Amino acid sequence: MAQVFQPRSNAIVRIVFIGGACLAVAVLVMAVAFSGSPYVTGAESVPQQPVPFSHQHHVGGLGIDCRYCHTSVDRSSFAGIPDTQTCMTCHSQLWTNADILAPVRESFTEDRPLAWKRVYDLPDYVYFNHQSHVNNGVGCESCHGRLDRMPLTQKKSSLSMKWCLDCHRNPSPELRPSGAITAMGFEDLSPEESGQLVAHYGIKTDRLIECMTCHR
Amino acid sequence: MTRWWFLGLAMVLALAGCQQEMAEQPRYEAYERAPDWPGNASARPPVAGTVARDARLEPVPQTLTLELNRELLEQGRQRYEIFCAPCHGITGKGEGMVVQRGFPAPPSLHESRLRAMPMRYVYDVITDGYGVMYSYSARVTPDERWAVAAYIRALQLSQHASTEDLTDVQRAELEVDQ
Repeated sequence: MAQVFQPRSNAIVRIVFIGGACLAVAVLVMAVAFSGSPYVTGAESVPQQPVPFSHQHHVGGLGIDCRYCHTSVDRSSFAGIPDTQTCMTCHSQLWTNADILAPVRESFTEDRPLAWKRVYDLPDYVYFNHQSHVNNGVGCESCHGRLDRMPLTQKKSSLSMKWCLDCHRNPSPELRPSGAITAMGFEDLSPEESGQLVAHYGIKTDRLIECMTCHR
Repeated sequence: MTRWWFLGLAMVLALAGCQQEMAEQPRYEAYERAPDWPGNASARPPVAGTVARDARLEPVPQTLTLELNRELLEQGRQRYEIFCAPCHGITGKGEGMVVQRGFPAPPSLHESRLRAMPMRYVYDVITDGYGVMYSYSARVTPDERWAVAAYIRALQLSQHASTEDLTDVQRAELEVDQ
């Protein structure tokens, strides 16, 4: 009877084992990378809105403060989406015939809200409060990016738990004085100044990474 | 061989199970769509005659009843710069950025007619709007309206102060600066 295994079988077995192990590792690495990629998290995405609203024009060009429209950001968990009346405060006089604003005028005359798409949607098991961030030194820019340079609103963060924890573990680099919360392009403070702000706002850094802080 | 297929199938199903239902729980987030509710909206407009829980029920006072201090003026300045400055300008002269882009110019807050108006007048204009200016009652709370009115008084004073108003010490400092 002939030999079942040729001498080269040793090599084949080795290749299969080592190759299989490498493949398993590669698949794992790719799965992790994929799950954190913008494709899955939606970071960098630009949802299509009923009106192509430009933060670049309103914030960067006109210098309108974030709170002019997002009025509840410093007194509620929800930043607030402006009502149509807020748009019409200016657009009853400016660009009154612009086609792209037709849905705004329709909403106003028919008393029907504009259906803006949510750009940042946290999972329902996460508790998030805008008020406790902006009233304690975290600027809008930290999470939402340079809105003054966004012609269309783009989601700037992955909203993954790691992303939240990166700041909750070490909040001081993201802190600003209360007068600069809505400023865009704020220059980083020195470590001493940031440290002083942690004390100024009374931030209990050890509490920020407790489960209950975000999952309640 | 079939056993391997089952294992593969189980792994695919396990991956499919990663869809987290607890990420979308059966409750409404702020302003979420609600197909079963009128207007497809979960945020309901309040019934006519609704009174907010923290609303002040007494009639609006004729003048400022809040304590006039630095904190109130700073709050007024912040709200003024957010809500008023786009048209009235940081200085109150009525040349804000939105006016520069074609919005009808408001009168300067420093004109004698407006300097003579009581603070309640500013409160009422913020509440009800005036001319092409819309009401800001949904955006600026009653206490904030008083703070803005008080700040506008300070702004007006800043353009019409005279050295007579200074104390001797302050005047001496001013003369040194010059």
